[in-house]
Amino acid sequence: MMAPLVRDSALVWLASGVVGVSFGAIAVAGGLPLWVPVAMSLVVYAGSAQFSAVGLLLAGGGPLAAAATGLILNTRTAAFSLAVADVLGPGRLARLAGAHLVTDETVAFTLAQPDPARRRAAFWVNGLGLFAAWNTGVLAGALAGTALGDTATYGLDAAFPAVLVALVLPALRTDRSVRRSALLGAALALAVTPAVPAGVPVLLALAGLVVHGRKGGAA
Amino acid sequence: MTSTTATVAVILVLAAGTYAFRLVGPALHGRVALPARVQELLAAGAVVLLVALLATGALTEGGGFAGWARPAGVLVGGVLAWRGAPFPVVVLAAAGSAALLRAMGVA
Repeated sequence: MMAPLVRDSALVWLASGVVGVSFGAIAVAGGLPLWVPVAMSLVVYAGSAQFSAVGLLLAGGGPLAAAATGLILNTRTAAFSLAVADVLGPGRLARLAGAHLVTDETVAFTLAQPDPARRRAAFWVNGLGLFAAWNTGVLAGALAGTALGDTATYGLDAAFPAVLVALVLPALRTDRSVRRSALLGAALALAVTPAVPAGVPVLLALAGLVVHGRKGGAA
Repeated sequence: MTSTTATVAVILVLAAGTYAFRLVGPALHGRVALPARVQELLAAGAVVLLVALLATGALTEGGGFAGWARPAGVLVGGVLAWRGAPFPVVVLAAAGSAALLRAMGVA
């Protein structure tokens, strides 16, 4: 059971690690001390929120805007934590530690598994590996600074949406009602993206659930 | 440049707030019996959020269009995934196509 989980997770880890490198490099090249990206990655551990917070700090957007934007971006993790709550395990420590590992990639990877035992293993294998890869990458990037160049050259920005496509495709194929909700939600999110702050479009996508019919109903 | 105190405050507020969001699920689990319909909507909601993330991530950057190379790469990955290609193939093909298009001068 473990070998395929590790094999499929490995590319998620690798891609995250390289994005982590670019995060560390951007933060340090922009003038922040090394400990800022490193500490932030350990305790916040949420890529998009970290990029936006550091971007705002470097652009002089102010600490309030930096914290607020990051928090708006991370509200979705509340919904994700509800979706994976039953796979963390029964112990208090497992739940407290597991909560910190709730990310887009790990949740998508977990929910793509067919049964509860595999979902639990997938969450911990993918989550712990991703935490290690992300933080190692950030430290390496912060140490390397500007030596790396633009990661867009390697097409890494296309890898992340593709990871999510591969992971949600089974759910979209089998459940017509979920598919309709997701398509409507994505259309809404894209439509409002130019007009609203980062993080808000994805939250508005939840409005797509209005077309989600009851299971077994006339969906 | 923002002061060190303010930077520490940003990191701590962001960390505490994010962890609080992440704790919602584990904290409620087993204490509140959610109706079947709510559980159904939560599972669907996670997929809706992920699809919105991938759509905005594939097509937009900083509130505007991300250029053609990225969505083209994601599309290549998506078609391969649809045809049942293994996960690593999907991801490498997406990144490789975007990188190739950029090397050819497509933004």
